[in-house]
Amino acid sequence: MSVRRLAENQPDSFDFTPENKAWLDKQIAKYPDGRQASAVVPALWQAQKQNNYWLPQKAIEKVAEILGMPKIRVLEVATFYTMFNLEPVGKYYIQLCGTTPCMLCGSDDLIKVLERRVGPQRKVTADGLFSWLEVECLGACCNAPMVQINDDFFEDLTPQNFEKLLDDLAAGRAVKIGSQTGRVSSEPAGKLTSLTSLYGAK
Amino acid sequence: MLSDSDRIFTNLYGLGDRSLAGAKKRGQWDNTKALLALGRERIIEEVKASGLRGRGGAGFSTGMKWSFMPKEIDPQRPHYLVINADESEPGTCKDREIMRNDPHTLVEGAMIASFAMGAHACYIYVRGEFIAEREALQAAVDEAYAANLIGKNNSHGYPFDLYVHHGAGAYICGEETALIESLEGKKGMPRLKPPFPANVGLYGCPTTVNNVESIAVVPTILRRGAAWFAGIGRPNNAGTKLFCISGHVNTPCNIEEAMSISFRELIDAHCGGVRGGWDNLLAVIPGGSSVRCLPAHEIIDCPMDFDSLSKLGSGLGTAAVIVMDKSTDIIRAIARLSYFYKHESCGQCTPCREGTGWMWRVMQRMVEGRAQKKEIDMLFDVSKQIEGHTICALGDAAAWPVQGLITHFRDVIEQRIDQYTANPHSDPVRVAAE
Repeated sequence: MSVRRLAENQPDSFDFTPENKAWLDKQIAKYPDGRQASAVVPALWQAQKQNNYWLPQKAIEKVAEILGMPKIRVLEVATFYTMFNLEPVGKYYIQLCGTTPCMLCGSDDLIKVLERRVGPQRKVTADGLFSWLEVECLGACCNAPMVQINDDFFEDLTPQNFEKLLDDLAAGRAVKIGSQTGRVSSEPAGKLTSLTSLYGAK
Repeated sequence: MLSDSDRIFTNLYGLGDRSLAGAKKRGQWDNTKALLALGRERIIEEVKASGLRGRGGAGFSTGMKWSFMPKEIDPQRPHYLVINADESEPGTCKDREIMRNDPHTLVEGAMIASFAMGAHACYIYVRGEFIAEREALQAAVDEAYAANLIGKNNSHGYPFDLYVHHGAGAYICGEETALIESLEGKKGMPRLKPPFPANVGLYGCPTTVNNVESIAVVPTILRRGAAWFAGIGRPNNAGTKLFCISGHVNTPCNIEEAMSISFRELIDAHCGGVRGGWDNLLAVIPGGSSVRCLPAHEIIDCPMDFDSLSKLGSGLGTAAVIVMDKSTDIIRAIARLSYFYKHESCGQCTPCREGTGWMWRVMQRMVEGRAQKKEIDMLFDVSKQIEGHTICALGDAAAWPVQGLITHFRDVIEQRIDQYTANPHSDPVRVAAE
């Protein structure tokens, strides 16, 4: 368990944009009548995305109001699920997987890169571009080590290609999502050992 | 070694066309109506006969699980199928590939499984971090709706709705009752069983929760027959299986292989061997972080299946094979898992909430060697007090890696303690100069 609290400095108000409200209505329709509480996680997630990737108290209250839930129930959900950022994050929010499979493949070296370039965890850089957090297994273990930056996975990292990735992001250059060593997904690097009758050995 | 003709996930790596048209070319959605025409009972019997055991870790017979659903459907309490795509077990990354590269195996499987259990609605609960995967899966669902393969008035004549839902980063939601709680919009805290979900599940209605892979293999099993699936692997460990091999191998990968393939063959055939050669192998966690690790000599020629691995005191789990060579600090590798369980405990049961943190703190000291040897037995004893004393299996899952470490690598822990006590410390505890 981790102790998670709301940020001290909170905006005065929050409301969904019309597009997001319409999106949310569609989500609520997925669940049976009277079960709109089921949409609480997607609703909070959309609120977080709308609010620069962090979730203010007013957004939690807004979701409670829309879904007809007691505020405390929504607050419980917001503090329980660790993907909800309760404080501001950088424009590029880096979640570094540090669990054993990534650790075995060198996530320690990536941590050093982040500590040197970005600083301590949870602290946003002065230019507002980066902040980072070590998180638990992100489920891309065959492409370890890896990070998630905002919505996207960046895999097969080394300190070198990770530095380049950070440079590119900082400079606003386009980056390649997924493997940074040219793998398509989690196939063995180099040549295929299965499905060769369909796709050749390349 | 499994031949390509026996592989179910023919677009596992996304090298082919991921769309519905591509999936159809690979044989999915081929006369699904005929499969449904078998009827509920026959489908369940076939799945039972195929020997399919749940792919989410526990290895319970999938057909048997389906048969627990009530035969008569109470109109006030509709049946639900919930698919567990909350893939968070460290080492596991197989369902991710199904969802983003071969999603129609899952969509078709969901339709057939729902039919077999009398469910007209199915929710797929995708872990929150899998955003691209969720979008790929949603695109496949949309395609299936557009082609009228699923939906209220679909071409198969069985009204069926499929919804993609997602979480927000809580490992515990992979536990089936926690997943149901989460899907209802609450904190993911496991429920006491009984009542089991087959009687009281989602919204209080009969519900079955299955892993993505368990559902996605069903259409192919029905098409090719239970005997085909049952003929692969050793008795009671049937079928093909997605293995996720990570860590110190030359080419880590996901691979669909025959159940019961030996560890050595699996690694040599698909992963280019262990980094530094077989003599460099230290230990393997064969089934995701929750199972006990095994030392090299025990695992090297072991068949990778449920029964063989549980005989060694470990387990196949999700078939997430974490390979560690001799450069690994095994104590630290397991201590990191202890941190994982401490972080992911939902906090509901005291033995787990307090115990996972306690174990992690002791493990941290063991990594340095800053401990006493008698604490090793104490740690083992405390892990036994956690195991089996919690509502869900997270307590067990936190205890087993520590137990595996102590069972197989006690000498390493003792050596570390000896080293620490023998050496003058660079950073001694400061004593106030009074």
